[in-house]
Amino acid sequence: MSTASVPLPNWITYGLMPFLNLLVAFLISGAVVWFIGESPLDAVTLLLQGALGNGEGIGFTLYYATNFIFTGLSVAVAYHAGLFNIGSEGQAYVGGLGAALASLALDHYVPWYVTMPFAVVGAAIFGAAWALIPAWLQAKRGSHIVITTIMFNFIGAALMVYLLVHVLIVPGKMAPETRVFLEGGQLPKLDWLIALFGGKIGAAPFNVSFLIALVMCVAVWALIWRTKFGYEIRTLGASPTAAVYAGIPYVKTVVITMLISGGLAGMMALNPVLGASARLQVEFVGGAGFVGIAVSLMGRSHPVGIVLAAILFGVLYQGGDALSFDMPKITRDMIVVIQGLVILFAGALEYLFRPAIVRVWQRFGKA
Amino acid sequence: MESLDLISILGSTIRLSIPLIFTALAGLFTERAGVFDIGLEGKMLFSAFAAAVAAFMTGSPWLGLLSGITVSVLISLIHGFASITNRGNQIVSGVAINFLASGLTAVLGQAWFSQGGRTPPLAATARFTEIVFPYAAELRDTGLIGRFYANVISGHNILTYLAFIAVPASWWVLYRTRFGLRLRAVGENPGAVDTAGISVTWLRYRATICAGILCGCSGTYLAIGQSAGFVKDMSAGKGYIALAALIFAKWRPVPVMLACLLFGFLDAFANFMQGKSVPGIGEVPVQIFQALPYVLTCVLLAGFIGVARPPKAGGVPYVKER
Repeated sequence: MSTASVPLPNWITYGLMPFLNLLVAFLISGAVVWFIGESPLDAVTLLLQGALGNGEGIGFTLYYATNFIFTGLSVAVAYHAGLFNIGSEGQAYVGGLGAALASLALDHYVPWYVTMPFAVVGAAIFGAAWALIPAWLQAKRGSHIVITTIMFNFIGAALMVYLLVHVLIVPGKMAPETRVFLEGGQLPKLDWLIALFGGKIGAAPFNVSFLIALVMCVAVWALIWRTKFGYEIRTLGASPTAAVYAGIPYVKTVVITMLISGGLAGMMALNPVLGASARLQVEFVGGAGFVGIAVSLMGRSHPVGIVLAAILFGVLYQGGDALSFDMPKITRDMIVVIQGLVILFAGALEYLFRPAIVRVWQRFGKA
Repeated sequence: MESLDLISILGSTIRLSIPLIFTALAGLFTERAGVFDIGLEGKMLFSAFAAAVAAFMTGSPWLGLLSGITVSVLISLIHGFASITNRGNQIVSGVAINFLASGLTAVLGQAWFSQGGRTPPLAATARFTEIVFPYAAELRDTGLIGRFYANVISGHNILTYLAFIAVPASWWVLYRTRFGLRLRAVGENPGAVDTAGISVTWLRYRATICAGILCGCSGTYLAIGQSAGFVKDMSAGKGYIALAALIFAKWRPVPVMLACLLFGFLDAFANFMQGKSVPGIGEVPVQIFQALPYVLTCVLLAGFIGVARPPKAGGVPYVKER
């Protein structure tokens, strides 16, 4: 009997195996650091200090984590339906347009808590709209969603650069960005939350979007595991033919799932656009959509796992920034290497150790 | 005046198409064998870096090419190990390779040369330089055909001509050899190939190795043919455009070349149009040309220009037994 079909207890599948995969990814990252002539142990210490050592570091870590929670949820929802949404990057980018338009329209007249719901809805609608055509192409025409969402990432990037350079730019300015939103169009910082634990937020742009992200985690959990539609999504993901046979409408389920996925990706824009820079800038997403893939994989498409994985990547991002200050040989690109290794081992090679673990389990564990 | 511009646009079309042709052909081999290859971009970047470093160290473009191909094949084997042997998700593996390429080339480049992720500029002897065909200089001023000969046919480096040889060669391998027949079969129905007693795993590995070699050529072209050294993230999405071209060409070799030439032409035309205004319309935003390859591919996928039918077993790891 092949080892692939031997059942293993949950703590191995969901605990030990991801841990081992992560460990290998970090060991190889350490080897890269050692290879370029720095001490991996010093690097880890600096990284953790930079990310978690003080209130400002934690604020930045959670700020990055917020981005990754949104994009991770976006990838996860689609994944439950068996759809691979690589387009979170583009959907978040276009979602930024919806969020920014809400702020630009309202910030003169109302306080932030009135603007916020409009910005949330605007970001979600624009993000969802950017997922609509790939969803429709997948559902009706059978074009592979991976390909179409990649295409839409590039089309979205071209569209946004065009809009920022030619339409939304402040007349007379050189930088391709919108005007700075007034206070009514910004999301306030969560300095009180950091202060609660005795830290100072400093310059960290940790803001209300984090709470929105947590609300979305609960909403996604409820949607996937506690509603009829969530059941349909999971059925479709487990077996499309069985789902269609059971009377689950394929086209409708695919399209709505992708709209939700795109909407969640779009909401990610709230954090950098309304929370951090208070304006819409070129390339503000900065790869968060792709990190969402890693986050969703590591979190096994479950909101709790996604929050944990997002915080891990937040630590890597913020810690990596701090690290590149202290060890100039290790540039910010080192984070991209670590991300790549994590995606490779936690994602593509997730079953690498399974046969070995199965053998050990069969010999010792079952007794 | 107009025709002169057209000739120079065609010349740069060729230059911009070459990396696309190599990369799309690479994708043709893997995808026809049933392995999705999102990591084309990453392989291109890795090989560009390896080629630039080797060419800088040894001063020989041929050793640069060898190094580019070797590294690209190694990366292909990682993709193969993850997606064929371990039956991991092929798309995730490709995404991982792209991340690794972008990060590792920059980190190593900075650690070794301290020039912001660049490699030091290469001397002309360490590069593949332009080959000028006989009488090109003399014919340059003799009307349209002469200019075409001098600017479009002549004056490219050896990899350019290799790319145009690679197209019929790929066709021949895929459609006229036993290996090609089996490779195509394994992308459609691996079970049947397995039943015939042929190893699905080994076939798919060989397909990824072919892709590695071709991606190695494209990365080498970028780093030591088109430019004089490696620049951080220099593949700049070309791997994805090549993927679009592959789909646009419906996974067939000669249309792949034509699609790459079309997308290369769009790129060249966009460069030419930058800052120029069209009578009656005004300046055409360069972003339209940037988005056009992807828009065209999506329109094709929507089924408005024929039907693009991917290899049937694409993206599905082969499991021999349950």
